[in-house]
Amino acid sequence: MRRIVSIEVEKRLAPPRWLQILAPVLSLLLALSAIGIIFLLVGVDPFFAYSEIFQGAFGSVYGLSETVVKSIPLMLCGVGLTLAFRARFWNIGAEGQLLIGATCATALALAYPEWPKAVLLSAMFLVGFVGGALWGLIPAILKARWRVDETITSLMMVYIASNLVKYLVYGPWKGPEERGFPYTSKFSPSAQLPRLAWTRIHYPTLLLALALAVVVYVLIRYTKWGYQIRVTGENPAAARYAGMSYLKTVILVMILSGGLAGVAGVGEVAGIHYRLRYPEGISPGYGFTAIIVAWLARLNPLGAVVTSLLLGGLLVGGDAIQVSLGLPSATVYVFNGAILLFVLAGDLIARYRIRLKSMELKEVS
Amino acid sequence: MADNVVTMRSIVKRFPGVLANDHVDFEARAGEIHALLGENGAGKTTLMNILYGIYQPDEGEIIIRGSPVTIPSPREAIKLGIGMVHQHFRLVETHTVAENIVLGLPGNFFNPARAARSKIREFSERYNLTVDPDARIWQLSAGEQQRVEVIKALYRGADILILDEPTSMLTPGEAEELFAVLRRMASEGKTIIFITHKLDEVMSISDRVTVLRQGRVEATLETAHTSKRELARLMVGREVLFRVERKDMPPGEEVLRIEDLHVLNDKGLPAVKGVSLSVARGEIVGIAGVAGNGQRELVEALVGLRRAEGGRVSVNGREITNQPPKVVIEHGVCYVPGERLTGLVPEMSVAENLILKGYRHQRFCRGPFLDARAIYEHADALIEQYCIMTPSRDTPLKLLSGGNIQRVVLARETCESPDVLIAAHPTSGLDVGAIEYIWQLLLAERERGMAILLVSEDLEEVLALSDRIAVMFEGEFMGVVPAHEVDLEEIGLMMAGAHRRPLDSSSPERGTPPVREVSA
Amino acid sequence: MREFLLTVFSLSTLQGAVRAGTPLLLGTLGEVYAERSGVLNLGVEGMMIMGSVTAFGVAYTTGNIWLAILLAALAGGLLALIHAFTSITLRVNQVVSGLAITMLGLGVSGILGKRYIGQPPGVRLGAINIPVLSDLPIIGPLFFRYDPMVYISILLVVVLWFVLYRTRWGLSLRSVGESPATADALGVNVVRVRYLAVFFGGMMAGVGGAYLSVVYAPAWIEGMTAGAGWIVIALTIFAMWDPVRALLGAYLFGGVRVLQYRLQDLGVSPPLLNMLPFIFTILVLWMSAGEAMRKHIGAPAALMQPYVREERG
Repeated sequence: MRRIVSIEVEKRLAPPRWLQILAPVLSLLLALSAIGIIFLLVGVDPFFAYSEIFQGAFGSVYGLSETVVKSIPLMLCGVGLTLAFRARFWNIGAEGQLLIGATCATALALAYPEWPKAVLLSAMFLVGFVGGALWGLIPAILKARWRVDETITSLMMVYIASNLVKYLVYGPWKGPEERGFPYTSKFSPSAQLPRLAWTRIHYPTLLLALALAVVVYVLIRYTKWGYQIRVTGENPAAARYAGMSYLKTVILVMILSGGLAGVAGVGEVAGIHYRLRYPEGISPGYGFTAIIVAWLARLNPLGAVVTSLLLGGLLVGGDAIQVSLGLPSATVYVFNGAILLFVLAGDLIARYRIRLKSMELKEVS
Repeated sequence: MADNVVTMRSIVKRFPGVLANDHVDFEARAGEIHALLGENGAGKTTLMNILYGIYQPDEGEIIIRGSPVTIPSPREAIKLGIGMVHQHFRLVETHTVAENIVLGLPGNFFNPARAARSKIREFSERYNLTVDPDARIWQLSAGEQQRVEVIKALYRGADILILDEPTSMLTPGEAEELFAVLRRMASEGKTIIFITHKLDEVMSISDRVTVLRQGRVEATLETAHTSKRELARLMVGREVLFRVERKDMPPGEEVLRIEDLHVLNDKGLPAVKGVSLSVARGEIVGIAGVAGNGQRELVEALVGLRRAEGGRVSVNGREITNQPPKVVIEHGVCYVPGERLTGLVPEMSVAENLILKGYRHQRFCRGPFLDARAIYEHADALIEQYCIMTPSRDTPLKLLSGGNIQRVVLARETCESPDVLIAAHPTSGLDVGAIEYIWQLLLAERERGMAILLVSEDLEEVLALSDRIAVMFEGEFMGVVPAHEVDLEEIGLMMAGAHRRPLDSSSPERGTPPVREVSA
Repeated sequence: MREFLLTVFSLSTLQGAVRAGTPLLLGTLGEVYAERSGVLNLGVEGMMIMGSVTAFGVAYTTGNIWLAILLAALAGGLLALIHAFTSITLRVNQVVSGLAITMLGLGVSGILGKRYIGQPPGVRLGAINIPVLSDLPIIGPLFFRYDPMVYISILLVVVLWFVLYRTRWGLSLRSVGESPATADALGVNVVRVRYLAVFFGGMMAGVGGAYLSVVYAPAWIEGMTAGAGWIVIALTIFAMWDPVRALLGAYLFGGVRVLQYRLQDLGVSPPLLNMLPFIFTILVLWMSAGEAMRKHIGAPAALMQPYVREERG
């Protein structure tokens, strides 16, 4: 007699609603427990660490304001990703689209510093959107036209963008008065976004992000294009059958998804740094963290507003424990990685039934 | 009994909603070629998949060479000397022939493929199965790939060889070569089980034949003591579920016209070879045939989902050949797909599924926005009109029963009173009540003047509903005949490729759509 | 031009290319095996850096370089097992799972490595001069004056090439990545093969990371892999899933890394050169998208496809 034990994964017909809501919450708690164990291993009291993170992110006006600052790019990228993922287009290149958006805006800011503020800033947002959209369109067209898998191409485009930014800030765009730092010159005042008093909250970008979240929500939920996107994502064969063009749908989705990431990039250079810097200086992986934002929000653009605040808070809180507990800046990646893994698994548990299956085999003589 | 190598007793296999094998008894002897004949869905392949360990029977026993066995997996089947050549080859395309043959076998750790080459050559020569051991699979023709599959089974020591529709991918010449190989193997005492739906093949190669219909054995006969006519009758049966009222109506003007259409299948091989047909207002034309004879490719080409390589399709005199699905839809062609999932989004609600095609229309939109009220009113109306049993219009479609899901598709496709309805296998897998409803619905649409092209494997359905019947075999029409002029047996013969009717004796030019048929 | 060629083909450049290329090679060899089995592992960056920190920590505390490399392999392998579980057993999106693993590796290595920042290495693996051969002019310094890991990695190229194309294991591995259903029907355990391949891939990434921290640098710096894992992903595709081509690709891009500063003086921008592996990757994917081309290039047909045994009904 042999015994075979295997893990079987089968799809639930209709996941109960409570499970759909509970699963991400539970995943989050499990992720925090797992991280707690890592903390214990290196001799850090996890409860103290968590309370420090919370205090750091939400416990003071400064902390709160920084949380909002970090949530702006996360929100823009995350909202765009909810749209792409709804169409089952696995755009994981938001980071690159963000960088290209920042680059395009910088080009304009450096070329026309004398333009009036309102005109220049609007134009920067526009070219940032277009730049991000074009960068996102490359994997979209490769996929729709030649069936090239979009995940790897969109990821590769991140590193192409990142090297492009490096090339520019170390080379032709390097500011003459920056003493060897890989920065461009500082933007003229008319290319600088206004901030809320005493904070770094560049509120025009924030308002834009909130408005775009609503627009994308309405688009998905109430328009015929949204319907088209949802059908394409749920069943591409049915979309083709109904006469929907995959190419057009994917192009629409990636213009918006890439464009929103591009706008996030504009916000960073025009609202925070006032210059283009080396890529890690512009974005500590906002485009990748936005994947978690979208996933945690269950691909709901309005939900992404909330989850981007949560993850923005985590970034700020991560900085806080860096100081108070002497942990390295990379700590925040542990949170990102663990949360993403547990949310993925939790999502699966909500939609599938997982069980151990054991089967006895009679030996054949 | 003693010379029975394979004995399967009272095998029962159920799949959700289907009784695939209903107490099937099957025996095969050493040294014989035993044909397993039946229509698609008769349970032939299921029965053999059980013998090969792919499925487990729910009831019944299997006896191999006198001892009862359980066969939990193909691996165990191979140990018992059973080999199977599937209809779709199980080969790794980028690997060489030799690598495919030794995959999964114990043996040389180093260079397993090279070590096997001499043995492969030996089999090649002995059975005249010429194939280069170092060629890559994707470079080989279908016939050559099949030889690899046969050698693969022999290499594993098979003396019971199952072949599932082995000639479906072969040219006539290749098929003859295969038959010679099989005869040679049988003469050496091997048992060959040959799954087919083609009567000519049964007659020319088998020693005995077992006919399956709807999961049950109809008969096991000595081939020498039977005829094609008897086999055809056994295969298609004559059971009538229920009668439907069908009004006699003179056909109206021509709506759908297909001229000399050529279409390729997914593998790039010709699947539809110069087919012509016309469907008139108020007429149902049935396309009968065993699945896989080009029906799917034909239908997909008509609705714009597949490229036509040659020929013309027109609706009301306007050409729609190779137009995208959207244009075809706009020309009033509706389509109930054979693969039900193609036309549905299971995760979305009943109401949303009902506007899958109409969502662009003015009536469901206000500017770029969908008009929720119009969509709901539409859904409520159709749910009532088509008696769709659903808890609500917001229920995800996947929660409905098969019959109700099909009603949703039919409601969506027919509610706009299109000019042409193409319905592929509209009742497959449904229960009797649902079938009757759909039959009534199709007849009602016919009376309203729709031109309906009905593709079905179910002969009862084709005979009950159609005004004219086209029988499709290997990408061609074996004939287009008025329904009242033919009987089941003749259609069975045509489906099995054993009988051809002149397409249209009034016009010698092949490929002209028949306006009036003259019976042969 | 002459000056350019002299720089590119100078002895020190070539030597540097081999050293800088070795961690890339080690990682790529592992990823070739993982992807050949049908699993895309985007966690390489995380596994490499876990290898770096583990190796440095072990070398620092025990002074045993080989134990350090071994445990680094194990650290990479363990992280890979998480990826194997999520992508093979749970069948979640392989891309997102891999990204999560990379983040996890970057973070955990940062926490674990904090205490080693600025510390001298406990022990380092130096170059060995092979007697007689290393004294030969030109040939000696070019081929016979490297550290043992360089030779081990070259040996691995040969062994892994042989295993992949000339053994039963390799046949099973390639079949599982091409057509898991066929392999399954013939009795190959698809899940086991994939787990082993992903685990092996993680171990190799761990060793690649170890090379950086105990041989190449040798030091621990937070985030020291600096995108090497992503170059590995690109190189795997660039090498068209072949160990020998992986060697050429790794040394090529090792050379680019070495030349960064020298080329800058000659007017060639390093970031533009660094884009190349990623651009090539997209081009290779594009070319292999066509069915005919795919067969020639050898992209595993079942890459990123979870395997579910076919069941009717």
